[in-house]
Amino acid sequence: MTTSSTVIETHDTIAKRWRRATEEPAWLRIILITIALIFLGLFLVLPLTVVLYGAFEQGIGVWYGAVSDPDALSAIRLTFLIVVIVVPLNTLFGVAAAWSIAKFEFRGKSILISLIDMPFAISPVVVGLIFVILFGSQGWLGPWLSAHDMRIIFAIPGIVIVIAFGTLPFVARELIPLMQQQGKEEEEASLTLGANGWKTFWYVTLPNIKWGLIYGVILCNARAMGEFGAVAVVSGRIRGETNTMPLHIEVLYNEYMFTAAFAVSSLLTGLALVTIAIKSAVEWNEERRQRIAAA
Amino acid sequence: MSITPAKRRVIPGFGLTMGFTLLYMGLVFLIPVGAFLLYTTTMSWDTFWSAVTQRQVVASYKLSFGGSLIAATINLVFGALVAWVLVRYRFPGKRLVDALVDLPFALPTAVAGIALVTLYASTGWVGQYLDVFGIRIAYTQLGVVIALTYIGLPFVVRTVQPVLEDLEAELEEASASLGADRLTTIRRVIFPALFPALLTGYALAFARALGEYGSVVFISGNLPFRTEITPLLIVAKAEQYDYHGAAAIGTVMLVAAFLMLLVINGLQWWASRRHG
Repeated sequence: MTTSSTVIETHDTIAKRWRRATEEPAWLRIILITIALIFLGLFLVLPLTVVLYGAFEQGIGVWYGAVSDPDALSAIRLTFLIVVIVVPLNTLFGVAAAWSIAKFEFRGKSILISLIDMPFAISPVVVGLIFVILFGSQGWLGPWLSAHDMRIIFAIPGIVIVIAFGTLPFVARELIPLMQQQGKEEEEASLTLGANGWKTFWYVTLPNIKWGLIYGVILCNARAMGEFGAVAVVSGRIRGETNTMPLHIEVLYNEYMFTAAFAVSSLLTGLALVTIAIKSAVEWNEERRQRIAAA
Repeated sequence: MSITPAKRRVIPGFGLTMGFTLLYMGLVFLIPVGAFLLYTTTMSWDTFWSAVTQRQVVASYKLSFGGSLIAATINLVFGALVAWVLVRYRFPGKRLVDALVDLPFALPTAVAGIALVTLYASTGWVGQYLDVFGIRIAYTQLGVVIALTYIGLPFVVRTVQPVLEDLEAELEEASASLGADRLTTIRRVIFPALFPALLTGYALAFARALGEYGSVVFISGNLPFRTEITPLLIVAKAEQYDYHGAAAIGTVMLVAAFLMLLVINGLQWWASRRHG
């Protein structure tokens, strides 16, 4: 009796010592989780809550009044017009860049990948400034443009190009690692079996990259709609003409129309939430696929 | 094995896709950036130097660089903690918390800006309690740091998380079975493995904070010499048609961004070498 209980005790102490050496004690885990959650609550949940609270504080009628105001509607229309131009172009760019980088070997590939990341590192206000200096009335091409009665700065073309610049990497950044990881065997098989390039892309590559592509497009879309610093420099903030949704929010806020500012913000916040929900869905999908593949 | 197949590209479309990639990048940003740098070189050195060393501008560098450093450091500490908690522990709502980490990346900066100033103003949900202790955040340099912390939050978490997930449990078990206690294992085994990712995340958060505009301008109050960040001065000068001044400061910011990109690429190269 005594011997076996000593043996059990020894096993217990060994197990305990092993646990102590390989994981944190329960109290420490609880403290760490609590600190992390307080930090995230303060920085992520509170700002989100304050936007939604501010938007709906005075009831759904006031919210609807704010988002259906003519200036708000014109900002929403302009924002949609811009993403309809920019997002397809950047998507096409992302797919083309990822195809050439993932399926072929060439010199300077890593430089090209770094270059694609570059717009992401440049301050949005510098992006705006670059185009003001090129196309502004006092800029390099300004006199020529005004002689030909063309306007880029303080007009829609300027807004389109700075947003295209700012959101250029998003689709490419999603697709390049994904397609590199998938390799090119499947495409080669399809081509060897007689399918042409387009067919191979459409029936072999596209289904494989579908989810990454969807997330890249939706992220590009959210960032394009929300772009602020670059647009602030080139738009001139002409009400009802060159105000995008974020600029309209700024105007409303500076005029102390806080409820209206939060109401328009709530639309973009909803879009941001949809974006991160899709990202999570894509990741969970991928995890499940890998688990099934491993089993 | 004796027959080597002729090296031939099976996959088509290299010319088309590479051509479009380069054309699009060239038109949208390489040529404009090049032209912008060329414009700066048309300035005389004295014009350039006096524009970038104005007292007000120098004060803004201090705030932008200092504030970004502090914010990135806060994100380094808490980002590492959040990544650790998300990878290693189980708790209710973990998936939701994990998804929310990307919010600062997806939420428009102007929306973040008005949300933060509303929270931290002396009448706001958080500001009113801090006001009791005489701590003011809105319209002070603290507010700038808060906004820059917010904007950089996802970077450390998202660079450290995958490395931590791939870290093999055997390593830690080996360390433990060799007699190391938990703290020693964390210090000598886990931390060195995470170090490149931590540095990369830190550099990314810093680079993002340096150029940030939208989330800062609302909470900072933009007081000259005190709460003006450098991007704000660029906007102000561009609005006053002071293109030389704006371009000179913009060039400083652009060079800083290029340097950060080089540092980040170097760090990622180092991390991948360490990893592979």
